[in-house]
Amino acid sequence: MSAGQRRLDIEQIGEVTVAKFVDKKILDENNIQMIGNQLFGLVEEDGRKKIVLDFTAVEYLSSAALGKLITMDKKVKSAGGKLRLCSIRPDIYEVFAITRLNKLFDICDDQDAALQGF
Amino acid sequence: MADAFEFKVTIPSDTAEGHSVQERILSSLEEVGFPDKDLFGVKLALEEGIVNAIKHGNGMDPSKNVFVECDYNGSRVRVIIEDEGSGFDPGDVPDPTDDTNIDKPSGRGLMLMRAFMSLVEYNDKGNRVVLEKVRSEE
Repeated sequence: MSAGQRRLDIEQIGEVTVAKFVDKKILDENNIQMIGNQLFGLVEEDGRKKIVLDFTAVEYLSSAALGKLITMDKKVKSAGGKLRLCSIRPDIYEVFAITRLNKLFDICDDQDAALQGF
Repeated sequence: MADAFEFKVTIPSDTAEGHSVQERILSSLEEVGFPDKDLFGVKLALEEGIVNAIKHGNGMDPSKNVFVECDYNGSRVRVIIEDEGSGFDPGDVPDPTDDTNIDKPSGRGLMLMRAFMSLVEYNDKGNRVVLEKVRSEE
């Protein structure tokens, strides 16, 4: 994996930016760092304020990845924006539920639901 | 039992090496038909346990090693991960689900290991963890 490789597929739907994770596994430290930088860039460099993170491809993630998502959520909120997560498979949802992060994040079943009323 | 296996490996403090050990353990478990739903939890716990040993235990020091032992007896897998760090007290790790900690970006690895494994036990020094997962009934 090269250093500058895109870890997110970005699509603009109206006012909302949908960022789809490319990786099946969000585990490796370098990978998580790159994903974090690309996520933060959406807010800090591009000034995007309505962001949906689509987890369709994601089969595994670690606590370090959860940390990046929490930081992302803070950045979006402090920029006056909103972040939603969607299409999280049941195994991964359990990780959010165990850590109670399902209460912190706005989690929707799928992309359509996430785009509703955003 | 024909399905049983065991091995020991020593790896340097390098997360890529850590992932190779994980892959070896997981592919061995797949070969003996360990259920997918159990594999998910084992994979998560191994990731957290090995990364903790490399990063927090050994502080990524390339001169320090991580010792991993794996044994499967046909019904439960046991993985022992030991680092060369000074250890920690798992009791000192704050509850990440507490309202005051919920938005902190770290501190969830131990909780995930405990949630997904049948047993998570540290030695007194806190530089060695035993992880066990009993195979689910199918």
